[in-house]
Amino acid sequence: MNINATLFINMIFFVGFVWFCMKFVWPFIIKAIKERQDKIAEGLAASERSQKDLELAQEKAAELLREAKQQSAEIVDSAKKRHAEIVDSAKGDARTEAEKIKNGAMAEIEQEVNRAREQLRSKVATLAVAGAEKVIERNIDAAANNDLFDKLVKEL
Amino acid sequence: MASSENPTSVEYIKHHLQNAQVCKTDEGWVWNHCQDAGFWTFNIDSLFFSFILGALFCFSFWRVAKNAKIENPGRWQSFVEMIVEFVDKSVKDTFHGRNPMIAPLALTIFVWIFLMNLMDLVPVDLLPWAASQAGADYLKVVPTTDANITFSLSLGVFVLIIFYSIKVKGFGGFIGELTLHPFSSKNKFVQVLLIPVNFLMESIGLLAKPVSLALRLFGNLYAGELIFILIAVLMSAGIGGIVGGGISYMIWAIFHILVITLQAFIFMMLTIVYLSMAHEDH
Repeated sequence: MNINATLFINMIFFVGFVWFCMKFVWPFIIKAIKERQDKIAEGLAASERSQKDLELAQEKAAELLREAKQQSAEIVDSAKKRHAEIVDSAKGDARTEAEKIKNGAMAEIEQEVNRAREQLRSKVATLAVAGAEKVIERNIDAAANNDLFDKLVKEL
Repeated sequence: MASSENPTSVEYIKHHLQNAQVCKTDEGWVWNHCQDAGFWTFNIDSLFFSFILGALFCFSFWRVAKNAKIENPGRWQSFVEMIVEFVDKSVKDTFHGRNPMIAPLALTIFVWIFLMNLMDLVPVDLLPWAASQAGADYLKVVPTTDANITFSLSLGVFVLIIFYSIKVKGFGGFIGELTLHPFSSKNKFVQVLLIPVNFLMESIGLLAKPVSLALRLFGNLYAGELIFILIAVLMSAGIGGIVGGGISYMIWAIFHILVITLQAFIFMMLTIVYLSMAHEDH
């Protein structure tokens, strides 16, 4: 173990190697490691984000589905209601129509009856006058007694 | 076994613990006759392997840094990133200041020391034998079994400790840290008397950092290498020696995988801790 000038030469080597390492080796390797770490962290964050996005989308899809179901149920409901309404209104229309027809028929019948009664009445009047003429067989002024007949007819 | 014919065990061990040296003597630069050369001696083998391994680290990591892919990194890039993240985490757990130099420093120390320690797992005779075939008499393969190498690292860290202490706390703060702790008093006179005591304790504590750093690494690896050499000596003792030596060599090598990693980690961790302490203002 004898110390000699080897020491100084090797010290120069030492300084040289450390300087080289500091200048050309260390920063680049550390940079590469750092960049890779950043990249991995980024990738992990992205995957987490997309996972969350997926969950959100699924939630949204479920909500849309629920809404669609509700809407379809509403549509079916309103259709049923409309159907009932249409049936009801058709029934009402039919009833009024029937009423109208019935009324018309009744009125016609009444008219017929009235006319028949009129005819009957006038025929009865003339029949009565003829009967009376024949019964009395007297010269009765028909014109003078017309007002009497009229009164009689009205009373019928 | 290795170079000269039929060396004794002592010669063999000594041979393996001898660096290939170049030094300046009165007759100019010479190889391997440097016992009296003093300070201006260079352990060429330590420097060679130290530089090759450091350059290997820089080159291989630089290639990853240059071609770093963000998506589907290759196997080698993943491995490098694993080491880098491990070092980065160690630094972030311990060092709370903002200093762009600490982490690269720690990475360099960890990988470089690990690679130098790893040379310990190359069979002890392989490279020296190859070198002797090529004409070099001595070759010590593991740079961290050379105290020069470990001290060069720890002194580099020591310089940084002092530099950042002064930079963060100012020169006065640094001196104050050395002289006003751990003993202090409200009384001015007593305080002045306590300054030499504090200074003695704190400066020993400060100097102990690089010394302990260097000696821990050196001691562990030197001892490990020595055990490999002793096991290799055992292998020269007949057929039983070869079998027993082979098994014990393997067991020690497996155990040593832990030691070399641990020592590299400890050196790195303590460097971070010391520099973190240097950044803390009391």
